[in-house]
Amino acid sequence: MVEGKNMGKEIEIHPVTRIEGHAKVTIHLNKDDSVKEARFHVLDFRGFEKFSEGRPFYEMPGITSRSCGICPVSHLLASAKACDAIVGVKPPKAAVLLRRLMHMGQLIQSHALSFFHLSAPDLLLGMDAPPETRNIFGLIEKKPDLAIQGVKLRKFGQEIIEKVAGKRIHSYDWIIPGGAKWPLSKENADYLRSNLPEALDIALKTLKMFKSSLQGFDDEVENFGNFPTYYLGLVTPKGGLEHYDGKIRIVDAEGKIVADQLDPEAYQEYIGEAVEPWSYMKFPYYKPLGYPEGIYRVGPLARLNIASHCGTPLADEELKEFKKLGKKGVVQSTFHYHYARLIELLFCLETAKELLEDPAILSERVSSKASVNNEQGVGVAEAPRGTLIHHYKVDAQGRILWANMIIATEHNNLAFNKAVTQVAKKYVKAKQLQEGMLNRVEAVIRAFDPCLSCATHAVGQMPLQVQLIDAEGRLVDQKVR
Amino acid sequence: MSALTVKLKIDNIEVEVPEGTTILKAARDNGIEIPTLCSLEGLTNYGGCRLCLVEVKGAPKLFPACTTPVSAGMEVITNSEQLREYRKMTIQLLLSERTHVCSVCVANDHCELQSLANKLGVDHSIFERNWTRKEIDSSHDFLVIDRNRCILCTRCIRVCDEIEGVHTLDLKQRGRKAEVIMDLDEDWVNSCSCTSCRKCAKVCPVGAIYIEGEPITRTKNKDVAEFILTRRQRK
Repeated sequence: MVEGKNMGKEIEIHPVTRIEGHAKVTIHLNKDDSVKEARFHVLDFRGFEKFSEGRPFYEMPGITSRSCGICPVSHLLASAKACDAIVGVKPPKAAVLLRRLMHMGQLIQSHALSFFHLSAPDLLLGMDAPPETRNIFGLIEKKPDLAIQGVKLRKFGQEIIEKVAGKRIHSYDWIIPGGAKWPLSKENADYLRSNLPEALDIALKTLKMFKSSLQGFDDEVENFGNFPTYYLGLVTPKGGLEHYDGKIRIVDAEGKIVADQLDPEAYQEYIGEAVEPWSYMKFPYYKPLGYPEGIYRVGPLARLNIASHCGTPLADEELKEFKKLGKKGVVQSTFHYHYARLIELLFCLETAKELLEDPAILSERVSSKASVNNEQGVGVAEAPRGTLIHHYKVDAQGRILWANMIIATEHNNLAFNKAVTQVAKKYVKAKQLQEGMLNRVEAVIRAFDPCLSCATHAVGQMPLQVQLIDAEGRLVDQKVR
Repeated sequence: MSALTVKLKIDNIEVEVPEGTTILKAARDNGIEIPTLCSLEGLTNYGGCRLCLVEVKGAPKLFPACTTPVSAGMEVITNSEQLREYRKMTIQLLLSERTHVCSVCVANDHCELQSLANKLGVDHSIFERNWTRKEIDSSHDFLVIDRNRCILCTRCIRVCDEIEGVHTLDLKQRGRKAEVIMDLDEDWVNSCSCTSCRKCAKVCPVGAIYIEGEPITRTKNKDVAEFILTRRQRK
């Protein structure tokens, strides 16, 4: 490492590993080598909003869901809901039940992926474990039973999607504006019903294990993105946990509801989008507070912070216990995204069970027919990582004139930067670049479970690059592991 | 059709077919498959896609099997290293000419161009792709044309003219600028001749003409022209 004379320095972690997508972190140092601030840069550029212009609106679920191999279903649903609004029809009950069920499958598989495949190596093998083994393969070696359970749970989530919509990934030909193309067969429903108890058992065991290991992470809980923000997400009319329908609720750091039952269609009235030259990801903020003060978080932690109850027995019990961790029911540490994710896993499995027990889910009537009736439509869903908004404007023939998507991960952008700064300040001492502290910087990002390119990549194979850059922007030194 | 027959060899197999039969039909009737995207039973042959090119012993050039009649003593090769290479190149040219994105196409998994590309092992294109952005016409109640996916096989034009008998569809311009149009290049909704019979969508080998909201498997029906002709001639 080269020391600059009288100049600040910058440490770069590039790429950040075990997240979905490509990003780097730069750590800006003061002249005395203390950490000034850290920035989370997103390096992907996709352009979906632009290249979908001119396409028929009913192609949008297929096009936009291709942005993500992890949570295509959330895109399918947000997009289909925007299309429902464009044609102006209400899908039949069975279609809504099936879409909900499919979404439960999505949340289960994504949460299982985040916890077992991406974060468990940090949580169970230790933040300071060597990077060669601190991955899913290391986990398989050290704790094979747990790794197998993780794979099984994720598989069950994928199977829900497959049984409902035909394919595990990109089952875009099932969902259509106004409903779905085909009903759920009795065989498929029976299959899912019979496999549900095992998945529920795994979720309960995992939650129990996680709770018992929490004491070992006092430091991380204290320093992993532990700061006050607002929280945003969908809730049911009664303020319960919601992932498919519902209205927007915003809660402040003290747990006070600052806005409730906001119409998702009017998102532009309360969500602004700022742009910074150093990242391809926009910075949404809560408009009444302005930028960057309007920082808020979305995703599992935010959803549990804003919801007064879950609505399923086991998850409700867990939620009560969870809320005790924070003041007035608001849990502040980003580390607890993991905890929240596991409670949601439980909720999703219980909800899937309820949905499968509803006889209406087998109804043959799954679509309402209509063509373009409205010139625009907004669709919102709670993706695994948070509130996902699709907004389209179409011409009289239904061709897309304009599209805007606010991806769940974007909402957390301001919080990412604050969180990496907090972790860097605590763990990074400029002259001793050590594995554990760099990993903690990555781990705080992983706690949010960001989906940057919305694409999968090979686990554990990416190099970690750390760069030291002086105040003039010149590369002074770099380290690759 | 003449009662006279002709003897020839296709891929070294001796066959006997009625005089005037095309090489494509002679091969097909004898269980030899030659790839094609524009030829369709019941429609006149057009020779546009160039995928059915075959070698004839003693002739220096290749012949389109769909428009070349058999002759006595002819020795036809339908599958050689050279032909496979040419066919792969033709598919690549078709793919590069306009915007073919299978992953979001209505005809994905039920597309003749896609399945032929798979069959011939076309996994990339050596030609730079054009990525056209032609305007989609979805003005019709249910019929949609996305000219970005059109391979100019003209099946739709021929079925509209020869089977439905209205000749709503035709081509404008030439070469890669060519486009299927309705009447005098109107928006589909304004066509006064179109009977909305859907035959164009039924015979389209790709996802260029389709019925909005209908599963592609229900729309597609390659046998429609031959079926109607058979009924019409009361065979």
